[in-house]
Amino acid sequence: MSDTTKQLLENLNALAAGLFLLTAFGIVAMRQARGCLNLFILQSLLLAASAALLGLRFGAHHLYGVALVNLISKPIIVPWLLRKTSPAGIYTRREIDQVLNIPTALLIALALVIGAYFLGVPLANAAGPEFHGPNVPIGIAGLLLGAFTLTVRREAMPLLIGLLAMENGAFLAGISIARDLGMLVELAIATDGLIIVFIMGVLVRAVQKQIGTTAIGELASLKEAVSQPPVSKAMP
Amino acid sequence: MNVIALLFPPLIAAMLVCIPFRRSRAPSVTVVSCLIVLALAARMAWRIAAGGSVTEGLDDGWLKWIAVDGLSALILLLIAFVGTTAAVYSVGYMAHGNLTPGKLRLYHANYNLFIFSMLAIPLLAEPTLVWIVVELTTLCSALLVSFENTREALEAAWKYVVLSLMGAGIALFGFLVLFAAMQAGGGGTYTWAGLITAAPRMPVILLQTAFLLILIGLGTKVGLVPMHTWLPDAHSQAPSPVCALLSGIETTSILYVILRLFPVMQAVPGAHAETWALVLGLISVGTAAFLLLQVSDYKRLFAFSTVEHMGIILTAIGLGASAADYGAMQQIVNHSVTKSFCFYAAGATLLTMGTREIAAVRGLIRRSPHAGAALVFGGLAISGAPPLAIFLSEFAILKAGLARGHYVVTGLLAAFIVIAFFGVMVHVNRMVFGASANAASEQNHSGSEIVGTFRLPFSCRLALILAAVPVLVLGVYIPKPLHDLLTMAAAALTR
Repeated sequence: MSDTTKQLLENLNALAAGLFLLTAFGIVAMRQARGCLNLFILQSLLLAASAALLGLRFGAHHLYGVALVNLISKPIIVPWLLRKTSPAGIYTRREIDQVLNIPTALLIALALVIGAYFLGVPLANAAGPEFHGPNVPIGIAGLLLGAFTLTVRREAMPLLIGLLAMENGAFLAGISIARDLGMLVELAIATDGLIIVFIMGVLVRAVQKQIGTTAIGELASLKEAVSQPPVSKAMP
Repeated sequence: MNVIALLFPPLIAAMLVCIPFRRSRAPSVTVVSCLIVLALAARMAWRIAAGGSVTEGLDDGWLKWIAVDGLSALILLLIAFVGTTAAVYSVGYMAHGNLTPGKLRLYHANYNLFIFSMLAIPLLAEPTLVWIVVELTTLCSALLVSFENTREALEAAWKYVVLSLMGAGIALFGFLVLFAAMQAGGGGTYTWAGLITAAPRMPVILLQTAFLLILIGLGTKVGLVPMHTWLPDAHSQAPSPVCALLSGIETTSILYVILRLFPVMQAVPGAHAETWALVLGLISVGTAAFLLLQVSDYKRLFAFSTVEHMGIILTAIGLGASAADYGAMQQIVNHSVTKSFCFYAAGATLLTMGTREIAAVRGLIRRSPHAGAALVFGGLAISGAPPLAIFLSEFAILKAGLARGHYVVTGLLAAFIVIAFFGVMVHVNRMVFGASANAASEQNHSGSEIVGTFRLPFSCRLALILAAVPVLVLGVYIPKPLHDLLTMAAAALTR
């Protein structure tokens, strides 16, 4: 492989990682549930692209496997599972009151990304000279932004997407620093994401049936030292 | 003997219980499968305690993934024991809920899958695979937490899943960094044992980052303060046998994963794993001790006591003495058996009184002598009254702390333990012996304050007795094989 090709592949990877970061911001800010899902699918595609490019650049062939698994599981199986398990109205939900308004949320997200760079660059440097790419800091940023999404959203779908986005972030960093992890492990991690979607979908459906809303963040009856805690018919 | 055999009974049982018989066989299938697992685990632990190996039949391909030493055998034994008593308890407890057969099958299928995922944690040796089964424990137990389908149970399950998975996301990154640290240090096989061998060559910054990420990520699931917020909810809203599993062994088996990193960290000077354990542990014990005082729900009381005990174990590890390590292992065993007993007692109280509120339960001993006696015994045992099991291990930890010269830490730990003792006993005492608010008027009315007694189902009483045996015995006598196993487990915490 010539140096120009290597350079080109690294630049393309940097482009994919940059766009990945943009989608993470989008997930923080997007109000429509459907939009969140679409952004997540886009993010997974970018993760797959980054894995394929890195695989080509370093001759790490099983990264193609990672790319393939991402291509199949997230854009196809995740939406299908969600349709099967969760209540139909979940896509059309639009979140009116978030915990923070969108400009504030984005500003905090920006601060998190800067923090992620300070954390990620020394890490990547310690891991070795060939890890200089943007994957580690952006992966950490994706992880933090996913966690941040979980704290500011209340609607079930964005919360679920936040969780999956965290895992995407960890993975984006992982394909760069832990390249030779082995196919079995990566397959297992991908399946695990699907089980998450399944279980959360079932839970959301139960909440919808029982309480009539999918704004799960508003459930807050379990606390300490409530003078009159709600007495539930606690059987069995 | 093939250790993998341990994983089959719960898997097969999970499939069997789904077959719709006219009269549900699911409870007995679960009990039988748990008994088989217990027998296998006991045999395995016995052999390991005697210095044997249990993986000799496996070829190298398997040994990359599977390893069993004293520490894992100890955790396996605990999972099998508590799993069995909880399965016995479930038989009578779930029969009280007037469940549809389908719902009962769902319960038992999830129960067996949950046991399966927990058994896999100590068996697997590859950290990322361990991470995956840790995820599976969350996912298999989520529907058990939400099982009662009330508003509160659903809220608890949601919090449980979201926070645990959030932690798992952080831990995943930690495990990937750990792998990178290993590669940067020249490589090797990515197993717990391989990590210990490769540790001296790893870059400190990577190792430390990985440790902190995993400590925070998995610490969420162990219930360490400040990541504990979901724990009292989930551990109080689930059906009582599930609470016993969650509090008694799930927390412990996740803590086991964190403990695996300590010998790795010790290889690198200046990695300070012990300091982190000490700080997080003490914060957990202290916070939980004060929160115990103000609970209004008696299942939350025992849930907070789980946070306290996880803190005690972590503090003991942080003390960094081999005597304290032994005490920590003893505490792990005693906490598991005692806490499961406490939740059986709490479940018996719930069956008797029909409410979870502490304020609404008074004079339990008159309403149901069995439930009342169990609750008092459980309260005393879990808060560390002599001569019960937990007293012995807490005493060992404090003694080791003093011998090591950690006076401030040991003093704080002792103070928190005492506060927690009063926190638990004040509530339990009022519930069991307190005069009920309307007792006086009833006495005038009928001349007797007994409103009618409630008889616990046979299987619940049986489970209470089974769970009480180790609580009583381990307080005065540790059998030789268990002692050997504890010594081996404690040795696995240091290089």
